[in-house]
Amino acid sequence: MIAVVDYDTGNIRNLMKALDYVGLDSKLTDDPEEILNADGVILPGVGAFAEAMDELRRRNLIDVLNQVVDKQIPLLGICLGMQLLFENSEEFGLHDGLGFLPGTVKEIPATNDLKVPEMGWNENKVLKNDSYFSEANEKFTYFVHSYYASCPLDIVTAGVDYGVFVPSIVQKNKVIGMQFHPEKSSDVGLGLLQNYKRMVQDYVDSRN
Amino acid sequence: MLAKRIIPCLDVDDGRVKKGVNFVDLKDVGDPVEIAASYQKQGADELVFLDITATSDHRQTMSDVIEQVSSQVFMPLTVGGGIRSVDDMQAMLRAGADKVSLNSAAVHNPELITQGAEKFGKQCIVVAVDTKWNESTKQFDVVINGGRVNTGMNAIDWIKKVQDLGAGELLVTSMDADGTKQGYDIPLYQAIDKVATVPVIASGGCGKVEDFSEVFEDTKVDAALAASVFHFGELTIANVKQHLTNVGVTVR
Repeated sequence: MIAVVDYDTGNIRNLMKALDYVGLDSKLTDDPEEILNADGVILPGVGAFAEAMDELRRRNLIDVLNQVVDKQIPLLGICLGMQLLFENSEEFGLHDGLGFLPGTVKEIPATNDLKVPEMGWNENKVLKNDSYFSEANEKFTYFVHSYYASCPLDIVTAGVDYGVFVPSIVQKNKVIGMQFHPEKSSDVGLGLLQNYKRMVQDYVDSRN
Repeated sequence: MLAKRIIPCLDVDDGRVKKGVNFVDLKDVGDPVEIAASYQKQGADELVFLDITATSDHRQTMSDVIEQVSSQVFMPLTVGGGIRSVDDMQAMLRAGADKVSLNSAAVHNPELITQGAEKFGKQCIVVAVDTKWNESTKQFDVVINGGRVNTGMNAIDWIKKVQDLGAGELLVTSMDADGTKQGYDIPLYQAIDKVATVPVIASGGCGKVEDFSEVFEDTKVDAALAASVFHFGELTIANVKQHLTNVGVTVR
């Protein structure tokens, strides 16, 4: 069972439909026990950074997510959910994040030729060939975002070019972030969710 | 860099795709789920569903269609046609749409754009603008009701206004080019390029692969939408993307 963290963020039903499609049972929950007993935890997210952190705090989920990391349960943050994994964000002032990954979330600089938000399909360049997610190389995934993670390259599995270098997949130990929406990225996105499923299976095997 | 998007548009009437679809691999040529899945397999980047159901008591049917499509098809889905309130938007987004498209309702009630953007985020709100060239005033007019009613508004001014109100994307159809198969309305999109701050989808007029390369090479539009050329199998998404790759346009 995958726990999809419920903290009142946008539409996560399409994510759950995609998880179902790749054969991962999921449940939307903010119950600490359910989250800590899950085989994998997904932190979705659409919206603003500070409000999302406030809602996680209000539901006492910060400590629960820290325990998820300590237990090495595969934790996947998607879009804003990925950004929350970092130390802080410059979105409307400087706000603390969960701090599981080193780095700061910054606004994409708008230029004449680049519209912000970045909305559409961009091509991933994989920097690490030994990751669960290395098959994203030279594949397009679907992005909708105005902010990006500025972080050390040693946690970057893949990135895309959007005027600035935008990390698209980051990973440190069992904490993974995807800036794009795998649930909207057609076959490639479903393939990456399959890879997450593999990671979850490896965790379940190691736990037994 | 972002890939240029190719977007098939499906007209849905009472839960069935209309205007005929002519794919060899389909068992049921009117089933939206099967048609959408077929487009996904062909490499479509996004789908637009236009609800052309005349009566409001069949609205529920459209959200059922979206519910089913979004369980099988994993790319961005936009729903337009008959969306007149925040509740209508919510129903479609809840069913699985990623974006909703406002057309006449935005003209009658521009506040709706802002209400939708504030509640769901501007990335969810597409404003569809239908235009017609006005030879006497030398400007593009905004038309509604399928082109039958000319609002007299300047399309470029309207586009600036809807962006300020919170539109996250523009779906701009040239009623002059629509149905002609003579190519997209290049002067229209060049005029829009000067003011667009959000992605623009070109619509109306495509008949051959060169029409796609022309609109991407001569204008800054982000996406091109087409209906009949794909439905009747005159072109496949793969044909179009191969041609675009050959001429150096980035596609997925």
